[in-house]
Amino acid sequence: MAIKKTALAGTLESSDIQITLAPAASGGIQIDLDSAVASQYGDQIKKVITAALQGLGITDALVKAVDKGALDCVIKARTIAAGQRALEQTEPAWEVL
Amino acid sequence: MAETEERLRRTMMFVPGNNPAMLKDAGIYGADSIMFDLEDAVSLQEKDAARDLVYEALKTVEYGTAEKVVRVNGVDTPFYKDDVRAMVKAGIDVIRLPKTETAAMIQELVKDVAAAEQEFGRPEGSTHVMAAIESAKGVVNVNAIAAASDRMIGVALSAEDYTTDMKTHRYPDGRELEYARNVILHAARAAGIAAFDTVFTNLDDEEGLIRETKFIHQLGFDGKSVINPRQIPVINAVYAPTKAEIQTAQQVIAAIAEAHEKGSGVISLNGQMVDRPVALRAQRVMRLAQASHLVDEEGNYVEE
Repeated sequence: MAIKKTALAGTLESSDIQITLAPAASGGIQIDLDSAVASQYGDQIKKVITAALQGLGITDALVKAVDKGALDCVIKARTIAAGQRALEQTEPAWEVL
Repeated sequence: MAETEERLRRTMMFVPGNNPAMLKDAGIYGADSIMFDLEDAVSLQEKDAARDLVYEALKTVEYGTAEKVVRVNGVDTPFYKDDVRAMVKAGIDVIRLPKTETAAMIQELVKDVAAAEQEFGRPEGSTHVMAAIESAKGVVNVNAIAAASDRMIGVALSAEDYTTDMKTHRYPDGRELEYARNVILHAARAAGIAAFDTVFTNLDDEEGLIRETKFIHQLGFDGKSVINPRQIPVINAVYAPTKAEIQTAQQVIAAIAEAHEKGSGVISLNGQMVDRPVALRAQRVMRLAQASHLVDEEGNYVEE
């Protein structure tokens, strides 16, 4: 499933991560990560984002992630929120949460 | 009454639901209860994101022995139903209903909670509820509210909304809250549940916080809501028993044990009869002493 519109969730405050999603017709999930800990945790952060988007059924999207030291649970929550906003879903994603 | 075992609830710390840094650290300050807020602390545009965030935090962050409470959005909002479902699914201990005005509102919440427990395979009855009283109507109906369900664990006074509804505002001496505090406390005690006092909002006035906490402690409240972790040790200090109180409590408990050993039904200490209220008070003093780290695990007084 491709997303319908650009959407954002999260802030640039400490311990948060800001996830912006933009539509992409193909090419899978492409993540541009900005994080002070990208060298140690970049792969893990991308893994959490990808898994959450796949859980929502999103197969193609451009992702901009600005990490301020977020825990995995925060990364997952922000990705789900951004994904559901991009899909214009209001019912919580029970099977992903 | 939801629990037979009485639990200490000296402090209930408010944590804004959309703040990852505060959600992450909420467990380290020693609050007896942590209240994750999806209501007033979250803007309308962020209700969905805050719900996702609190859900994930509850599933992964360690909050120790603290009681986990969430304040959901009001029954008249479009967020209420999904807030309740998500928090029950996450395994929250207590759902706090804001702006409670009637027993029917609690009964409605309990119905929704029970349905969510079934929907998500949570043990039936594992989710408790509590009511925040924020209006004259809530105060007038608080006896029925407190007794509305066996899932109820407490009632809390929320003074900012209440004083506005009463066409007054908060004063340093708190006399405008006299009636509401006493009525809410009596409703809670009659129903066998906890009573929480309102927040003290001026963070720079520690003397004022101590004065107000001493007053509500004297009335009999279980504790107070706090908006900043700095307030927790101040409130705990007011609730900490004195050395003399601890020693008396230990003597009472020893006298009870001795009487049991002898098979004697009548218990006396220093020529005075130890009856049920004295015994209960002694147990509560020892619980507070342990929570305040004034006694060790065996109940011996720890010298400073």
